[in-house]
Amino acid sequence: MSLTPEIGGAHVRAVHDEFHGDLLEVSMGPHHPSTHGVFRMIVTLDGETIVKLKPVFGYLHRNHEKLGENTTYLASMPYTDRLDYLNSMSNNWAYALAVEKLAGLAVPERAEYVRVILAELTRLLNHTCLAGFLMQDCGCSGTPLMYAFREREKILDLFESLSGSRMMCNYQRFGGCRVDPPAEWLAGAQRLVDGYSAFLDEFEALLTGNEILMARTQGVGRLDPALAVSAGVAGPMLRATGVGHDLRKVDGYGVYPRFEFRVPVGAHGDTYDRYMIRILEMRESIRILQQALAGLPGGPVMDPKAKLRGFRPKAGEAYGRIEGPKGEIGFYLISDGGPNPYRYRVRPPSFINLTILEDMCLGHTVADAVIILGSVDIVLGEVDR
Amino acid sequence: MSDAAPAISQEERDELRRHGILLTSLEELYNWGRSHSVWPLNFGLACCAIEMIAASMARYDIARFGSEVFRPSPRQADLLIVSGTVTKKMAPQVVRLWNQMPEPKYCIAMGACAISGGPFKQGYNVLKGIDRFIPVDIYIPGCPPRPEALLHGLVQLQAKISGQAITGPDAPRHLRSDIECDCPVPEFGAHDLEPPQNPAVWTPPPSLVRPDKA
Repeated sequence: MSLTPEIGGAHVRAVHDEFHGDLLEVSMGPHHPSTHGVFRMIVTLDGETIVKLKPVFGYLHRNHEKLGENTTYLASMPYTDRLDYLNSMSNNWAYALAVEKLAGLAVPERAEYVRVILAELTRLLNHTCLAGFLMQDCGCSGTPLMYAFREREKILDLFESLSGSRMMCNYQRFGGCRVDPPAEWLAGAQRLVDGYSAFLDEFEALLTGNEILMARTQGVGRLDPALAVSAGVAGPMLRATGVGHDLRKVDGYGVYPRFEFRVPVGAHGDTYDRYMIRILEMRESIRILQQALAGLPGGPVMDPKAKLRGFRPKAGEAYGRIEGPKGEIGFYLISDGGPNPYRYRVRPPSFINLTILEDMCLGHTVADAVIILGSVDIVLGEVDR
Repeated sequence: MSDAAPAISQEERDELRRHGILLTSLEELYNWGRSHSVWPLNFGLACCAIEMIAASMARYDIARFGSEVFRPSPRQADLLIVSGTVTKKMAPQVVRLWNQMPEPKYCIAMGACAISGGPFKQGYNVLKGIDRFIPVDIYIPGCPPRPEALLHGLVQLQAKISGQAITGPDAPRHLRSDIECDCPVPEFGAHDLEPPQNPAVWTPPPSLVRPDKA
């Protein structure tokens, strides 16, 4: 294949190829409504079929890791909110877990339960919004996203009343949580959890058996389990291919081993499975939430030995990871005994899940690339960091 | 135009309106129409974009203010909401989108990052405010601003549009020949974007200018 030299700034150009005739190279993004932010794909098309896809990153590179090395451990906590800005509570937990490993801090039992409650609420929030955005990408503009955001607002009300902020919660601390959730808050969370199954039933009645949705997503963007494992794909993307890998079971961090829940796995690894996995995971999240809210013990939410000011963990390194809604979110920290980390590295799930985008898109039409990208569930704040 | 306007007070106008006579000027009618139908560009940059979407959803319902029509194409949009961190890689695209929008057009800088770089200001790759390159009409502080704050900003913008003259020295830039509408699109230079700012809309305050460069 002989490609003509790149024409600077051109968004569409013809690529000559002796076998296929004229191929067309289209630049989708960074301003494109379906790229979920400022992501860019350079797609080579044969007719409408994708023969090559080149992702271009870095339009939202905000120097997260460099800033993390230049601020104190605690001052990085608000920055982790802005990594994956839909799931600030999960990011906080993963970072707190890494620092707790580094500094050898214990977490009170009540705080562990509160963390599980907040992480599972975040999972509900993320998966609901993802399903809404995916339908938007399929061309179903409005209704499913409206439903999803209606539920999102209810969860955000809980986050706001607990942490003071809707999206950027900055709630977890090294050795516990910032404030103790009061009884009224827990009652509100219980009401939300009790009503969530009814919402999911309504949502599924609208979507799951929908013929148009099945026609658009079944068999589209199939991902091979072996490729998924070798590429380091994690989270719902990996489980949709049939690999039952869930850090809540594998690592058993926090108090997850005490809860009874199943790990749903897919059979085909296509876009429909990736949608369905998220719906099923939400149902399991509701089960975990019910158990955690029922079994929430009393006691403090902060380790009394933990100190926030002048925090200097001893020299060493630690990697803390949790099963975030998008996959394995991890923080790798090296300490040299100073107030700042010597090295601060994020393992971003959506960036690694995005690396197999071309493999999933090849042979599909350009309209399918939009929904395949939607089903990967990316947030550019985390991809570019 | 205000010099030649007939001397009729607001009370007299209200009295006439009660009798079913609507007295207005072309300017008021024009501004009334366009201020209540501001179509934003469907363009999200970072975290604030999620709150922008939330503002267009059922609970906050931006449609009450006539701005629910998010256009994917800059050619059809009146309002650029810069919703998030503008990096140096993204800044040329933002300016290009701004240039592609037809006049009259307005810009809202939503959130701390779009205003000044926000929490990421220390970063090597983050623009310290989009107002260095394009003219910003409304600034909405917050990280991210709540959807209500975006709606408040939109109402402020509507008030601004309603008060605009269409002739005379206060006329908007697209009706005047002495102002350049297009903003120069910056490019990657050796150390920074070239040019580092658009002097027509932003000049560094004296405290930021190094004495040896002044």
